[in-house]
Amino acid sequence: MADTTETMDGNTAVAHVAYRLNEVCAIFPITPSSPMAELADEWSSKGITNIFGTVPVVQEMQSEGGAAGALHGALQSGALATTFTASQGLLLMLPNMFKIAGELTPVVMHVAARSIATQALSIFGDHQDVMAVRSAGFAMLAAASVQEAHELALVAQAATLKSRVPFIHFMDGFRTSHEVNSLALLPDDAIRAMIDDDLVRAHRDRALSPAHPVVRGTAHNPDTFFQARETANPYYAATPGIVQDAMDKLATLCGRSYQLFRYDGHPEAERVIISMGSGAEVARETALWMTARGEKVGALQVLLYRPFSAEHFLAALPATVKSIAVLDRCKESGGMGEPLYQDVIATLVAAVGQGDRAAMPRVIGGRYGLSSKEFHPGMVKAVFEEIAKAKPKNGFTIGINDDVSGTSLDFDRDFDIEPEGTTRAVFYGLGADGTVGANKNSVKILAEAPGHYAQGYFVYDSHKSGAETISHLRFGTSPIRAPYLIRHADFVACHKFDFLRRLDVLGTAREGATFLLNAPQGPDKVWDALPRPIQKRILDRKLKFFVIDATKVAQELGLGPRVNTILQTCFFAISGVLPPDEAIDAIKHAIEKAYGRKGGSMVEKNFAAVDAAVAHLHEVTVPRELTGAEVPPLVPADAPEFVRKVTAMMMAGRGDEIPVSAMPIDGSFPPGTTAYEKRNIAAEVPRWDADLCIQCGQCSIVCPHSVIRAKYYPEEALAEAPAGFPSAEVNARGFPGSRFTLQIHVEDCTGCGICVENCPALSPTEPGHRAIDMVDKQTLIEKEKRNLAFFETLPLPDRSRVNFANVRGAQFLEPLFEFSGACAGCGETPYVKLISQLFGDRLQIANATGCSSIYGGNLPAHPWKIGASGRGPTWSNSLFEDNAEFGLGYRLAVDQLTAMARQLLAKVAPQVGEDLAKAILDARQVAESEFVAQRMRVMALAAKLEGRTDDDAVNLLTLADFLVRRSVWIVGGDGWAYDIGYGGLDHVLAQDRNVNVLVLDTEVYSNTGGQASKATPLGASAKFAAAGKRVPRKDLAMQAIAYGYVYVAQIAMGANAEQTLVALREAEAYPGPSLVLAYSHCIAHGFDLRQGMKQQALATASGYWPLFRYDPSLRNSGANPFRLDSTRPRVKLEDFAYNELRYSVLTQGDREAAAQMMRQAQAAVDERYRTYEDLAARDGSRFLPNWESA
Amino acid sequence: MNLQTDYLGLKLEHPIVASASPLSRELDGIRRLEDAGAAAVVMPSVYQEEIEAEDAAYLALVEKGSWTQPEAAEGYFPEMTAFRVGGLQARLETLRRAAEACAMPIVASLNGSTPEGWTGFARDLEQAGAAAIEVNLYRVPTDPRESGAEVEQRWVETVKTVCAAVSIPVSVKLGPWLSSPSHHAMQLIGAGARGLVLFNRFYEPDIDLASLKPKPSLELSTPYEIRQALLWIAMLAGRVKASLVATSGVATADEVVKYLLAGADVVMTASSLLRHGPHHVAVLREGLEQWMDSRGFDDIGQLRGRLAAAYLHDREALVRAQYIHILTGYQSGR
Repeated sequence: MADTTETMDGNTAVAHVAYRLNEVCAIFPITPSSPMAELADEWSSKGITNIFGTVPVVQEMQSEGGAAGALHGALQSGALATTFTASQGLLLMLPNMFKIAGELTPVVMHVAARSIATQALSIFGDHQDVMAVRSAGFAMLAAASVQEAHELALVAQAATLKSRVPFIHFMDGFRTSHEVNSLALLPDDAIRAMIDDDLVRAHRDRALSPAHPVVRGTAHNPDTFFQARETANPYYAATPGIVQDAMDKLATLCGRSYQLFRYDGHPEAERVIISMGSGAEVARETALWMTARGEKVGALQVLLYRPFSAEHFLAALPATVKSIAVLDRCKESGGMGEPLYQDVIATLVAAVGQGDRAAMPRVIGGRYGLSSKEFHPGMVKAVFEEIAKAKPKNGFTIGINDDVSGTSLDFDRDFDIEPEGTTRAVFYGLGADGTVGANKNSVKILAEAPGHYAQGYFVYDSHKSGAETISHLRFGTSPIRAPYLIRHADFVACHKFDFLRRLDVLGTAREGATFLLNAPQGPDKVWDALPRPIQKRILDRKLKFFVIDATKVAQELGLGPRVNTILQTCFFAISGVLPPDEAIDAIKHAIEKAYGRKGGSMVEKNFAAVDAAVAHLHEVTVPRELTGAEVPPLVPADAPEFVRKVTAMMMAGRGDEIPVSAMPIDGSFPPGTTAYEKRNIAAEVPRWDADLCIQCGQCSIVCPHSVIRAKYYPEEALAEAPAGFPSAEVNARGFPGSRFTLQIHVEDCTGCGICVENCPALSPTEPGHRAIDMVDKQTLIEKEKRNLAFFETLPLPDRSRVNFANVRGAQFLEPLFEFSGACAGCGETPYVKLISQLFGDRLQIANATGCSSIYGGNLPAHPWKIGASGRGPTWSNSLFEDNAEFGLGYRLAVDQLTAMARQLLAKVAPQVGEDLAKAILDARQVAESEFVAQRMRVMALAAKLEGRTDDDAVNLLTLADFLVRRSVWIVGGDGWAYDIGYGGLDHVLAQDRNVNVLVLDTEVYSNTGGQASKATPLGASAKFAAAGKRVPRKDLAMQAIAYGYVYVAQIAMGANAEQTLVALREAEAYPGPSLVLAYSHCIAHGFDLRQGMKQQALATASGYWPLFRYDPSLRNSGANPFRLDSTRPRVKLEDFAYNELRYSVLTQGDREAAAQMMRQAQAAVDERYRTYEDLAARDGSRFLPNWESA
Repeated sequence: MNLQTDYLGLKLEHPIVASASPLSRELDGIRRLEDAGAAAVVMPSVYQEEIEAEDAAYLALVEKGSWTQPEAAEGYFPEMTAFRVGGLQARLETLRRAAEACAMPIVASLNGSTPEGWTGFARDLEQAGAAAIEVNLYRVPTDPRESGAEVEQRWVETVKTVCAAVSIPVSVKLGPWLSSPSHHAMQLIGAGARGLVLFNRFYEPDIDLASLKPKPSLELSTPYEIRQALLWIAMLAGRVKASLVATSGVATADEVVKYLLAGADVVMTASSLLRHGPHHVAVLREGLEQWMDSRGFDDIGQLRGRLAAAYLHDREALVRAQYIHILTGYQSGR
């Protein structure tokens, strides 16, 4: 059957097959597997059928545990069912996997294999997850490339139906799941031909049915369990043969043959590397290259890892092999070696012992590629060289510098085996400029030319605003088998001039390569503007150099920041990879395809960009002299050593060079390192007008990146101020002789403008001018840097004199969360910053995985910081699903250790002073002044204990800090609170423990790209609810209120910041569990986040997000504990909702359905508001009985 | 009673047409207008610039954040290609469905910003089932270097372009601020226009003294505003081979009768329908019939243009005389 050649990534290639072979997909989003589920959902909503002629149903669940349960149930009921997952998700499925396998149920689970969170979370690829579940009884089939993933998905399905053994089919997360490559697409006929309908019917016949009832899922006693467990052995024994048969059948259909163990290299190899996944492709290509040069080496790729067939393995391994290295992409601490290594050893020992093999070769094991660490031919060569040594290192590592345990092998970074005729191009871009999208298009264009192949792989940084991207593109006339980054580029493009000052963008350029730069200077002046190291690279490597001011061209054409089409055209024009006319036609065709339906008129604009590109492109005549400035260090010389030696390396894109010894052993990092990033991503920043400002604090409280700071200070402090340092008289009573200054951290600002929109101080004479306006950063950056340096020397306002209850006061509290990598205009971070301001010096945070754990804890730098007092928030992330429990664990420990401290204090009271001890033990700790007083008492206690050597004193000294009440906050998004972590959250709220839960409610899974959660509102579109969610969001607040003793508040800073302040402080002061639901606008809502706070106000004004507080402590006085803090709906829901794309997009499709949904949503809002109003109007006695006082 | 009239070559049951308004934006409103008895409906203008801005804004929002982060590389919204028919497509879809669902003619209005836009959009509207295209020359000339003649010439070229692009009839809705409206009318008809719609009302913002910002202040028209169109319809009636369409200021059947007497073939209204609802079409029609009945007319042709200046000998004298009469008749404070 004829193949169709397509370009797609591994996720698409797998989903294409899985969708066609299944009837039910039960899923939960998790990187990097989410796109498989999203594609299935998209196809399902378009009504695309599987090979059986039905449209598969895609069900999003609340967690992977839930997905596995639904999968199990669907299988037991006779459906062909699947799931897509990775990492922790796979681990959550483990209990069901044992069940599914124990019941001999055919299924294929498709996994984009990913790291497991250990000392840190990582979303990137390795085999830790699949290896962790290898004992579940699933067969495991490993794909090394996009093509293999596509075809082994089918092999797995055919084999599971025949063998009844369930399969995990996995590819390497990101490296394969996200690599775009040329693919021979399996025709539906071939897919159909691989599936035996009799086996499908047999599966259905085994399903639970009242027509032929069985009892399954029984409980056994010691007398039978063991025997029953052994019944399945013949099925596992038959599986390797069944898989090979399926592979052979596939070969007859598509011409590509697979083996359970694939060997390539010298037929009499003496040295062999054994591995699986994409690393095996690198090993194979390198072994073939070395073999062609006379070396007796080979590479053995494991495709079917479980059941491990010794017979097939031994048949594939050359008898001549003397030395073997087994590479595992995982780590098993404390083991004799990693899993594949142990399997190989065991197989060979058994074979030699049984006389099936003459001699035992030497076998060593090594680790590589954890968390998508690069694995390239230079590393493979190093391993081959290592196993040629007399005493090679067992348990080696490759790809890092392990200067602690000495496990690592050195490798040649310049070793290059790529075939002649492959063109390699690297593009440095910004996320916002569309570089990656254009490059994906380029890959398609290049791969569509007959006889051509192309590959694309995209590297992103971890910031959500101003993020950088690096695209690696290869193309040529032979299939691209190079699953590693480009290190010898023929073409390098830099789409943002500023990168030159920070990144070694020409590090990958080979001699004679071409360099394309997007620069504002023009061909005559650009050379002098280049940093000296870049000039040197250009001269040393004899680069051809082109410039274009694509930013200007894009602006003139109305394309905003999207320079992608322009630079893509330049790439084709310069590189000559296609004839110019052909390339331009292809680009225009791609533009039509991309924009034709979504926004027809954008086609013309992009066509204009294509036409303008070449006209504005110039080759630069490269001078011989180095005239550019040296690049200053990324971080100042007085930065802490860790920042200089470790953080700065990561910032410079050189994190791979950091040795093991420089990394923390237990995942603990110093806080406050974002202050050294100075990312300078904003073009416009706020400028303060001291005369117009009313000092209200509205700009500061909403700033998502904590770049607006306010101080008041004695007038005399201005004596040393730089010229022009702005200040104003404090306009509140009680501060004579004091000045006020609002300082902007312009280099850390993202330019979101939310502050300006929230500023109430409009000039009466200058239309549109406010007390802060957005202005071009370049006009004030130097001045503001000087001002900031001075501002930081001004004393911090005394916290005990600040009014915490209003916005004006809160601006003077030092934020201990600053300059995070969150999206510009983020709706979550203002709340996070606020709790750091209010409670930071005694704050301990449990943070659920999600946006807040990424902008809060993703390397290279951390926004949580230590305050001027030397204290600050301490922060940790456990998992996505367990955050409430994790936080409760904090509380239990804190309570326990506090009790111990109090006990010890009572015991040593005679020695430290009865009065002091009593004062500490009896202290009320609610107001800030009370905390200040208590801390002074505890310091006095510590001073008395210092130097004492008795156990009680020594122990009390270590516990004394617990005598100051600690503030435990459990923070996470709605995906955690409403879905995956709901069971735990519910349980934690049900405990009588003082924990504070802050739900940053964006009503959607923001971090993983906008999937629906149970917080997603009726009538809003989200992934897995593309045509609009059909039911209202869960009322989590009412569920918590039902307990009666949980403090519950619903807040929206943009609607009422004072209510936000009151609610957070009440929640913190309440001695039991508290739940605060914080409305957080989000990039996934689809509107200009500059208007974020105004949208929040509309959410409340429409009655969609009423503000309220339920304070159980009011029950004691007989008062109604439920207080509705917002007015009756004043605007229609649609006046709020249709400002957002998530709602309005539905009106652009089936408008009648959208109108119907909006009517229903309005009715739901009205009804919910009436319920709250009823509650607020009740007599205090009509709430849950206050049993505590009964 | 025969109220039939000819509008751009289309036979209408009576002369009362619903002009562009929020009522004629959606299929539901258009059907309500037909049910109420409108002879035809003009849909709101397809503004090329608006469509482009809408598409650009949509794409910017959909693509925002995509290709930026590894966990959300494909962006934050479901692949909505299958769902979105926004921009021009949405308007065409409404037109298509309205043309299929209604027996009355559906007229599309177009405001282009580039020659390609005018022709491309006009063809799209024709294919979607528009019975005619109303070229909406709504563009306030803001460049002081451009003369009135140049502006008018551009409009003439535009009309030529559109007429050449489509085979359905084209009418032109123009503004009143011309040195010689009759002359320009002749030019437009020469360029291919089959009808003239008099007149466009231009957006003239007020100033908000609190915010010091321009304030939109588009108000529904009042009967006072019929005068200008009444005058120029009277001036053109019988002198041009094109349908004359009166718009603005219709509140009651009185204005309909006045426009017809001045020479209008068709009378359009939006404000009165917005004030009273679609059923007001029937009220206007009944009022017209009652007036005709009271005066003994049984065919609309008997009254159309009865007071048109063409029936008089000296148009200028008429206008001048009336002006003098008004001036002398006006006494301050009375």
